[in-house]
Amino acid sequence: MCAKTLTIDGNEVSAADDATILDAATEAGIKIPTLCHLEGVYDIGACRLCLVEAVGIPKLLPACTTKVVEGMNVRTDTERIRKYRRINLELLFAERNHVCSVCVSNNHCELQTLAYNHGMDHVRYDYLFPKWAVDTTHPRYGMDHNRCILCTRCVRVCWHVEGAGTLNTAGRGARSQIIADLIQPWGEADSCTSCGKCVMACPTGALFQRGATVGEMEHDREKLEFIITAREKKQWIP
Amino acid sequence: MVLNDLIQIKERELASRKKYVLRCCMAAGCMSSNAQSLKDELEKAVAAAGLKDEVEVRGVGCLKLCCQGPLVQADPAEILYERVKPEDAAAIVAALKGGQAKVSQGDLNHPFFTRQMSIVLANSGIVDPERIDSYIAADGYLALRNALREMEPKEVTDTIVRSGLRGRGGAGFPTGLKWGTVAKSTGTKKYVICNADEGDPGAFMDRSVLESDPHAVLEGMALAAYAVGADQGYIYVRAEYPLAISRLQTAIKQAKQYGLLGSGVFESPFNLTIDLRLGAGAFVCGEETALMASVEGKRGTPRPRPPFPAEKGLWNCPTLINNVETFANVPAIVRNGAEWFAGIGTEKSKGTKVFALAGKIKNTGLIEVPMGTKLRDIVEDMGGGAPDGGTIKAVQTGGPSGGCIPAGSLDTPVDYESLSKLGSIMGSGGMIVMDQATDMVDVARFFMEFCMDESCGKCVPCRAGTAQMHHLLSKIVARKATAEDLAKLEELCDMVKHTSLCGLGQTAPNPVMSTLRFFRGEYTERLQPDTLGRPGTESAVPAGSRAT
Ligand SMILES: Cc1cc2nc3c(=O)[nH]c(=O)nc-3n(C[C@H](O)[C@H](O)[C@H](O)COP(=O)(O)O)c2cc1C
Ligand code: SF4
Ligand code: SF4
Ligand code: FES
Repeated sequence: MCAKTLTIDGNEVSAADDATILDAATEAGIKIPTLCHLEGVYDIGACRLCLVEAVGIPKLLPACTTKVVEGMNVRTDTERIRKYRRINLELLFAERNHVCSVCVSNNHCELQTLAYNHGMDHVRYDYLFPKWAVDTTHPRYGMDHNRCILCTRCVRVCWHVEGAGTLNTAGRGARSQIIADLIQPWGEADSCTSCGKCVMACPTGALFQRGATVGEMEHDREKLEFIITAREKKQWIP
Repeated sequence: MVLNDLIQIKERELASRKKYVLRCCMAAGCMSSNAQSLKDELEKAVAAAGLKDEVEVRGVGCLKLCCQGPLVQADPAEILYERVKPEDAAAIVAALKGGQAKVSQGDLNHPFFTRQMSIVLANSGIVDPERIDSYIAADGYLALRNALREMEPKEVTDTIVRSGLRGRGGAGFPTGLKWGTVAKSTGTKKYVICNADEGDPGAFMDRSVLESDPHAVLEGMALAAYAVGADQGYIYVRAEYPLAISRLQTAIKQAKQYGLLGSGVFESPFNLTIDLRLGAGAFVCGEETALMASVEGKRGTPRPRPPFPAEKGLWNCPTLINNVETFANVPAIVRNGAEWFAGIGTEKSKGTKVFALAGKIKNTGLIEVPMGTKLRDIVEDMGGGAPDGGTIKAVQTGGPSGGCIPAGSLDTPVDYESLSKLGSIMGSGGMIVMDQATDMVDVARFFMEFCMDESCGKCVPCRAGTAQMHHLLSKIVARKATAEDLAKLEELCDMVKHTSLCGLGQTAPNPVMSTLRFFRGEYTERLQPDTLGRPGTESAVPAGSRAT
């Protein structure tokens, strides 16, 4: 395997042959915002927050799914990209109800953090969200569709880390929603092993442990990473 | 089956031709206005007149002037009967041997017919789509025979490269280049897919081709499979096209019986199986990666490219995916040669294009014209202009991914480059004519609603952005928007276009951007002052002064 060299934001960096731009940037300590990316499960390029510019390529490239190319010159933080990211975040906030002050994940939320980082102090668009249901039929976990950004991280860990295949996406467009088994109440979904990996994976307050109140819900991302590393690399690093 | 068999079938078929032929359109348009019972009545009338030995009543594909259906064409007199009712049958049969039937007749010398050039639709309205012999009589499967027995796969690809054929599914990607890439991709298993999902509102070209000449599509796919080294093909057709599906099933069955599909085709080592896969009618499933996910039995959502299907397609194998019309061009190109095809059309857009002409126009139906034909010739000469003395305001091409071309630009030639310069696209062939009463903001809102409803919901810009743009457009239509709203709309157009994952989102802003470009006044005149009292309009036209 031969390595590749490229430039990211003016820094020369090296990357493994099959690395993505996101891998290369992360290794070089350059932070590219992400939402649908989750270390350990395959990427889908859906949230479009990780889009970067590459000199000489007219299209914007999703850093999480684009493989590095020898000599490519990547810009991750141009004015244009920052503008698009900010609009993207505003669209998410206008799409569903994300009132942070009453959310279980307040201050432990990736969406909220990104909004802070992008100086998003208000939403310029009209709020369009309908009232979505909250599914609290599962004995241990709850699912609040109002907080869901449809990143499908929960679906991917459910299928590809736990192997249960309980969660899925149904519907189209803005009416898409995360479902359990055959659009059943989560508590009635027989395939669910109650492993809680989806809850650990969720970037927002959409999936939570029951009983958690405002701001209490911390997503135990480290535990998830431990499991994935153990699975993939057969290393048991706590 | 060998060459001699093809020749024999053709001769047998031609020898059995009767003196008079009544060609009855059996495509979906005419079928929906009772063409089946009309055909039954014609058969009864022929029997009653004792003319069974002289008259053939043939079910054929689309006779093109769909707005006047059901259509029947009488040969050799070359009379096109329009809006024929079953009770007209006896009169039409009686008129075969001279005399006039009291049935409305179409003018076959009208530019609607004379300006057409048929390659894709050459057999449409002539062969019986339910009988393979009828297709073979029109030199069907000859190109496949010649390719399999006399050409290397690479020669077939080269022929397509030199012909200049470009994909008819929308983007106009050079077909030969795509075939070459799949041919060169390494893999023991390769697939060919025919994209018959056709989801644009108002478009029915592909449906018509499948209903009128299914074997041409099968033959095109077989030639492609030979060229790229595939042995399995799928036709992904939407379940809303039951007639196209049944004709394809019949065609596949007949081709298998003749050994034209299956193993050892024309006694060569070439094998091919073609199966149908039915789509459930999601527009996004026409996007190639979503389509393949759907064929694999997964939720039909697009994925980022690269990897392109040519490299990693169905089940990660190299896959060639082309549109129905693209495949339908192939047999004629292989039969007549690349130079013949490259001699038609313009420098960069070769051959013909089929359009479904619809909207505020006298003659609606299916037309096939050489690339480079002026829009004006299509809508004014062939289409006959707006009905009831109206004036044409704009022509919409490319459906929800396209744009509105204003009447002032009607002299634009129809080719890939010219249309995109005007902010529209060739698209798959929907052409909707709009007259002066059309509200362009409402048109933009309509297409945005379509994109919003059809968005798969995977990526944020398209899912949330189309909803927000639709909301802003609705506000403008309702005269509740301010200049700031319009600015937001334009900003979103830019963002959604450049950040969406797939073509649906990337092109969803096009109808808005093109109507803003040519009909901006219709937007600005409806703007209201904002809460700070800043004026709503950008132009001098006071709000509410326009008549529409
Ligand atoms: C949202 C969307 C819908 C599409 N629908 C169709 C379709 O219905 N039929 C089609 O042939 N191509 C469709 N396409 C284009 C296909 O992705 C693909 O480019 C095409 O089938 C390639 O064939 P061609 O090269 O012969 O044009 C669509 C693309 C997008 C983004
Ligand atoms: S529930 Fe959480 S992890 Fe799942 S899609 Fe919604 S936001 Fe993402
Ligand atoms: S652009 Fe729209 S249709 Fe395409 S992947 Fe994104 S949400 Fe789905
Ligand atoms: S992290 Fe790359 S698109 Fe979401």
